[in-house]
Amino acid sequence: MSGPLLEIRDLRITFHTAEGSARAVDGVDLDVRVGETVGLVGESGCGKSVMALAVLRLVEPDGIVGSGSSVRLEGRDLLALPAKELRAVRGNHIAIVFQEPASALNPVLTIGDQIAEAVTTHEKVSRREAWERAVEMLALVGIPDAAERAHGYPHQLSGGMRQRVLIAMALVCRPRLLIADEPTTALDVTIQAEILVLLAELQRRLGMAVLLITHNLGIVAEATQRVYVMYAGQLVEEAPNVALFAHPVHPYTEGLLAAVPRLDRKRDRLAQIPGQVPPATAWPPGCRFHPRCPYAWDRCRTEMPPLLEAGPEQKARCWLVQEPERRHQGTEGDGSP
Amino acid sequence: MTAGLVAPSPTPWRQAWSRFARRWPAVLGLGAVLLIVLAALLAPAIAPHDPLAMPDPVGLRAAPPSWPHLLGTDAFSRDMLSRLLYGARVSLAVGIASALIAVLLGGAVGFAAGLGSPAVDALLMRGVDVALALPRVFILLAALALWDDVPLGAIILLIALTGWFGVSRLVRSHVRRLAAEPWAAATTALGGGRRRMMRHLLPHVAATIIVSATLDIGNIILLEAGLSFLGLGLGPPTPTWGNMILEGRDLLFTAPWVALTPGLALTVTVIAFNLVGDGLRDALDPRAVARSAAGGVA
Amino acid sequence: MARFAFRRLAAALLTVALVVSITFVLAHLAPGEPMLADAERFHVDPARVARVRAEFGLDRPLATQYAMYLGNAIRGNLGESFTMRRPAVALLLERFPHTALLAGAALLIAFAAGIAVALVQATRPGSWTDALLSGATLAFHSTPTFWLGLILLVVCAQWLGWLPVGGMTTPVEHQAMGAMGRMLDVGRHLVLPALTLALVQTAEIARYQRGALLDALGSEFVRAARAKGLAERAVLVRHALRSALAPVVTLAGMSVPALLAGSVLVESVFGWPGMGRLTRDAIVSRDYNLILAAAVASAVLVALGNLVADLAAHALDPRTTL
Repeated sequence: MSGPLLEIRDLRITFHTAEGSARAVDGVDLDVRVGETVGLVGESGCGKSVMALAVLRLVEPDGIVGSGSSVRLEGRDLLALPAKELRAVRGNHIAIVFQEPASALNPVLTIGDQIAEAVTTHEKVSRREAWERAVEMLALVGIPDAAERAHGYPHQLSGGMRQRVLIAMALVCRPRLLIADEPTTALDVTIQAEILVLLAELQRRLGMAVLLITHNLGIVAEATQRVYVMYAGQLVEEAPNVALFAHPVHPYTEGLLAAVPRLDRKRDRLAQIPGQVPPATAWPPGCRFHPRCPYAWDRCRTEMPPLLEAGPEQKARCWLVQEPERRHQGTEGDGSP
Repeated sequence: MTAGLVAPSPTPWRQAWSRFARRWPAVLGLGAVLLIVLAALLAPAIAPHDPLAMPDPVGLRAAPPSWPHLLGTDAFSRDMLSRLLYGARVSLAVGIASALIAVLLGGAVGFAAGLGSPAVDALLMRGVDVALALPRVFILLAALALWDDVPLGAIILLIALTGWFGVSRLVRSHVRRLAAEPWAAATTALGGGRRRMMRHLLPHVAATIIVSATLDIGNIILLEAGLSFLGLGLGPPTPTWGNMILEGRDLLFTAPWVALTPGLALTVTVIAFNLVGDGLRDALDPRAVARSAAGGVA
Repeated sequence: MARFAFRRLAAALLTVALVVSITFVLAHLAPGEPMLADAERFHVDPARVARVRAEFGLDRPLATQYAMYLGNAIRGNLGESFTMRRPAVALLLERFPHTALLAGAALLIAFAAGIAVALVQATRPGSWTDALLSGATLAFHSTPTFWLGLILLVVCAQWLGWLPVGGMTTPVEHQAMGAMGRMLDVGRHLVLPALTLALVQTAEIARYQRGALLDALGSEFVRAARAKGLAERAVLVRHALRSALAPVVTLAGMSVPALLAGSVLVESVFGWPGMGRLTRDAIVSRDYNLILAAAVASAVLVALGNLVADLAAHALDPRTTL
């Protein structure tokens, strides 16, 4: 395969709210290659979930996609597809697993029906066959007594089971790309681990790529090959997994990593990134992170840095890439809230 | 150069008002309500004629709209416009007073159930459940059927006493929900008793109560009109919109305005109150508050 | 399930007993004794009045009257109508099918039209169509039923002459018609009253369902359905509508009180020979036995409606184990 499986270029998404226009996603370029797992990290409010939905054009009509944006799946621009062809992609070539297993399943339909529905939508098979595929899938994701459970309803399952059902529903048509939006956030820690193992296993089996969206760095460290870091609607860093954790370049990434509590170091207080994420209706001028950045200087307040090459396959949106000596000059900027 | 500082935000009530004022139907309704209330209050002053006077029972019987009777006369040559204005007094008095009493009563019971022990709660709500199943209209029919010359106060009380159950359920569940929140527990932890708890809860529950009361007014006005149409309640010759329609019924094909204008008045008034009620509900909806507080896009 | 049903039944019985008591108390508390006021007006011989009062047990102490009433009620005897000199229960049972026909027709129309309107609104929220329909439902929700009936009467029956002016059957001619003819005749007479009764209910249902459908359409599982690649139509019907209609049985049960109350007004306006009209006539002629009986009957019907709706909803909800 020559190019990447998924190629997102200059994605811009605007929402019109009562408080003004909010550019939730502001010029993001993102690639996912065949078979790889890519992580998209950021705090709530940075726009990552919006991006996930935008790939399948689920943010419209509330969210307005910029005219220069493109989302190419194996060369085809999804944003330009007519409705019928787009529907053929959804759930079939690209599938999404949503965050809240409780609310993503219809409470009045059986589990089997909801999974079989995905099959009958895309393939010309009988209802019986679709049902059997559904049961197969349920067994694959580790639901005990799959055949019986398929006749049951979502409320009869625990959170972890429901998430497995969502995964089954997403994978039943063997998509080439799975977008997992915070797949474990609503679950207990022990169940989280199980789900991640399951995802990795299925990915291997089905040879699919995964775009893993989360705010949990622990998951990212474990499961991904490449990572994108997002802040205030923009990508601020992209790097291979190991590189990101070993030598992060952007101060935000540094801050995120520093904030993770560790048992092997003694610390009196949890480190924080001071300040708050600015609202999407009021980005600060220059670099959007500068009000919270410990290294910020004049240039940062006026000029928005582009994504600069900081290493092999590593890029960061920070002037420190060009002026690395400033990093060791001590804190001069305003990191105060 | 901190992005952290935020200008002091307006109070929740101020915010609610601006949300209310942004929707033109709500403002239109409010304007209409104020106009109608004003007209009713000033009826003795602005009514062109005496609503009970029958100047010419033969010659002016059921006369079409003309000068000096701008909306015509009824079967007894009484001026329609004046009767409409006086009828407004009855409808509004019953509507507003009954709604108020019902909401106060229901609110009190709701609070008692919401803050009380589980036993008290169960008892009260069981009672309310049974009461909610009572056919309100038929009970009122039975109560009023043998009663000539019902005083206005009696009607108001009867309607209120049969209509507070829904509000109590609403208030009770709201109180229960709020009382389970951490800040409510903090009140108790700091040594606050029932009284203090109520003071904290009241502003939240007030929104529910206000919306409920306003939406009730329209229903009560229609209820009173229905009872009047059946010949119950305030008797003739006092004009109520309901009994005006009743009297106009015989003239329906020959002098339709006699029955139609009071009905129009009823519809417009109830629409106005419902517009205000809907507007209040949207403005005071806690979800709307949360949405505008969160600011940007998550 | 059995326990559930039993508890609901007990609650229903309690409600009916309560209604019986309340109406009894109210009727006796209200100033004005039955028969006495009329007797004075019509200068009836006091001895005769006393005799009739004794006959109906009105000279006994209140508590005794109550006990008698309650005892009789349990046995299905709600007393005799003063004016028609027939058992109240018999009179009500005679009229019940007519009211049931009217209310049933109204309910069907209201649900069908209400859901249709809500569907149209929810699939194009914020549009002119939506705004117009919202205005219409608000207007009908705020209109007095009886006045609406009168307007329909004037417009359809008089001006346009399409439909009959009142009653349930065309006098005299009805007897001469065949079975099909008779059904059509009743049908023609049914249109206006059913429409009147239905219009306000339609507005209620449309208003409620619009919100429910919008909620369903904005929910996560609808988004998940779209993400699966379902066509919008399938999303609407299989997911949104299904979930918004879940309480429809309960709603139908909850409409019973409004339908009964409405029938009193509508039947009066259109002269439809049902329980509602009977109640009104009873009011006019101050036949309080009949009024009390009607109140009890309505309580029974409301309780039954709630009971059936509760049981059906309980049975249909996948969340409950039977």
